[in-house]
Amino acid sequence: MKPADTKEKLRLSELFSFGGATGPLIGLLLLCVFLSFATDSFLSVRNFLNIMDQITVLGIIAVGMTFVILIGGIDLSVGSVLALSMMVLGYLNVHADLPMGLAIPGALLISAITGAIAGILIAYFKVPPFIATLAMMSIARGLANMITNGSQIIGFPTWFNMAAIIRYGGYLTITVGIMLTVFLLAWLFQRYRQGGRMLYAVGGNPEVARLAGIHVKQVTVLVYMACATLAGLAGILLAARLDAVQPSIGVAYELDAIAAVVIGGTSLSGGTGGIGGTLVGVLIIGVLRNGLNLLSVSPFVQSVIIGLVIVVAVAAETFKRPAR
Amino acid sequence: MTQHANQPILTLRNIHKSYGSIQVLHGIDFDLHAGEVVALLGENGAGKSTLSNIISGTVLPSQGEMTWQGAPYAPASPRAAIDAGVGMIHQELMLLPHLTIAENVFVGRYPLKGGIVDRREMNRRAKQGLMRLGLDVSPRRLVDGLSTASQQLIEIAKALTLDARMLILDEPTAALGGEETKLLFKQIARLKEEGVGIIYISHRLEEIRQIADRIVVMRDGAKVQEFDTADLPVRTIVESMVGRSMEQMFPPLAVPEDKTVLEVRDLAGAQGTFSGVSFSVRKGEIFGISGLVGAGRTELVRAIAGADPIIHGTIMLNGEDITPRSPGDAIRKGIVLVPEDRKLQGVILDHSIQENFAYSNFDSVGRGRWISSRKLRDFAAENIRKFGVKGRGRQKAGQMSGGNQQKVVIAKWLARRPRVVLLDEPTRGIDVGARSSIYEIIHELAASGVAVVVVSSDLEEVLGVSNRVLVMAAGRQTGILDHTDANDVSVMELATA
Repeated sequence: MKPADTKEKLRLSELFSFGGATGPLIGLLLLCVFLSFATDSFLSVRNFLNIMDQITVLGIIAVGMTFVILIGGIDLSVGSVLALSMMVLGYLNVHADLPMGLAIPGALLISAITGAIAGILIAYFKVPPFIATLAMMSIARGLANMITNGSQIIGFPTWFNMAAIIRYGGYLTITVGIMLTVFLLAWLFQRYRQGGRMLYAVGGNPEVARLAGIHVKQVTVLVYMACATLAGLAGILLAARLDAVQPSIGVAYELDAIAAVVIGGTSLSGGTGGIGGTLVGVLIIGVLRNGLNLLSVSPFVQSVIIGLVIVVAVAAETFKRPAR
Repeated sequence: MTQHANQPILTLRNIHKSYGSIQVLHGIDFDLHAGEVVALLGENGAGKSTLSNIISGTVLPSQGEMTWQGAPYAPASPRAAIDAGVGMIHQELMLLPHLTIAENVFVGRYPLKGGIVDRREMNRRAKQGLMRLGLDVSPRRLVDGLSTASQQLIEIAKALTLDARMLILDEPTAALGGEETKLLFKQIARLKEEGVGIIYISHRLEEIRQIADRIVVMRDGAKVQEFDTADLPVRTIVESMVGRSMEQMFPPLAVPEDKTVLEVRDLAGAQGTFSGVSFSVRKGEIFGISGLVGAGRTELVRAIAGADPIIHGTIMLNGEDITPRSPGDAIRKGIVLVPEDRKLQGVILDHSIQENFAYSNFDSVGRGRWISSRKLRDFAAENIRKFGVKGRGRQKAGQMSGGNQQKVVIAKWLARRPRVVLLDEPTRGIDVGARSSIYEIIHELAASGVAVVVVSSDLEEVLGVSNRVLVMAAGRQTGILDHTDANDVSVMELATA
């Protein structure tokens, strides 16, 4: 939701599509300031790089989820698709002995296909997104398990794992670099490409979009494909970090991604929000987890706190908005 | 006009309302007697809705007194007003489509027996209410799929089962056709006889003359004039509403060129909504389409614009078969539609005006498939100026008045320089002032060589703007009348044929 203003000074926030996420952005900064004082180790380059590593997977999934939620949909299957992508990668690379150059595209292709199927069900067969992706969540998880009958795969080439470990120039691992690139491209797309603006139109009101000549069904299928492909990509990066794949991974990742998108100010009803907000949302979750770990807060309590943050973020947004 | 001698059932004295420093009502005095219909007129923003919201308990007045049936009356909530016997029927119908009629009538106050909803009692009483309005449908039927007119009557039935002694009807006929309006008026007359007082808000001045006993005109939050009879020339009423003498509402018609732009041959839509429609529109011609609600007018123009499937027939543009398959297809060929429901089909209320412009003009706001923020801004600013839209590019579309929203819907298409413009109910729910500027836009369009098609339920409007009028009845085309032959009688004859 963009503020109705004419003042130049707010242009910056709009430029980054923070829009409704200015509140969360302030929250993030306050959180960082607090943790800097509360702990010795929070404010350091090393810790910051740790956080970036930790949010890589969530960040990439959340980008796809942002697009889906922008058009008024939801994708519950990303956690399972991530697992399927990882298992396909492991099977192709380790069991079938194919080079990564073929295994990675193979895993992404399978992911894209799951997204296409969900998208087609939603756009052409009018299955509600919640149901279509719930089904896909179950199917993809089952397929992931079927590949090895539930056991893990190890034995990736050494360089693959190193991509998640070696910090080029002292800062960037390849995996973090990929995440940042995904965010940048997604942001450029959303803001400066016709396709990106179309997402807003479709989410704002599909009938208006259709009458404006936008191919709403095609857009819908492509968005679910993009979301699933990004989930597959996140799976590949996770495989690199773990140096192993197993079919039970990624359970409930979709909920983290939805949480990040919602904290970032994208409305579940579609049409408002954006990638900038999602970046803030992902960082809030990452910083919060990291900070709470540094403060030795138990994971159970962490879960409660993150729940509260979601409520506060969304409630603050609702109160800020003038009643119509 | 039966019980005028009696005490008024509702009195308002010196009602003020302000939001912060903005005063929207300036000391309104108003009386309503039992069994009379008072028309409350005024342009959008004149304060009619605020006033009716105060009476129906949605808004509290800042100052002033009200009495209801002799006792002081200050409803703090719609509930309080309803309990007192004041019913308000909103312009947007508020029925739950997946519940039955009876459930809708009694929603929130189901009759109980031993803690369980007494369906038999509920259905019986709902049936009673429906019969009182002459609506012969089963109370067990789902609301989904009922005509707008029937839904309107159900809303009224709902108010009546609450023993409303007074009704506020806000634009009850906005979505109704001639027959349905007649039916509604019959019921209103019946309610009058029963002694129900009615405040009637409408933009359709012709029907005010038929239904109202008195007229109260508001302008800029004040009551400017009161007429003790509704039997006045429309012109007098309009002049009182806009506060200036109106020259002819409709600009003079120009003579179209000979060249045929749009030709429709034996067109039929899906599910038999219309069939066998053939007509052609010339360059610079304004072609009206009239008929009752449900005659297939909207479906026809939507099909021409590629929005609904066509099962038979062809659409030709400049002699070439271009029968569109999708709205995108039609738009590329130069056929655009200004849809019937502005808020659901025309603009995205939550998005800014400049974004709304962009959605149908991606080519004009960037290069290739990229969007330029600067072009986006300039493009919107240019069109806002050109079409006299009262708004700023970065303002949300929902923050503008209906008239200005409609200008945005029209302007976003005109920027594409279309060859055929289809307008479906272009002035529905739009006040008189904005209406005439939309007529001007329509005429300028025609003058620039565009073939214009106007669908309207407002007979006066169709007759006023069109060079020729196509009349439809029950999905068939019953005739095409030239401007000189078209009048309310000849059109209605064909519409009911």
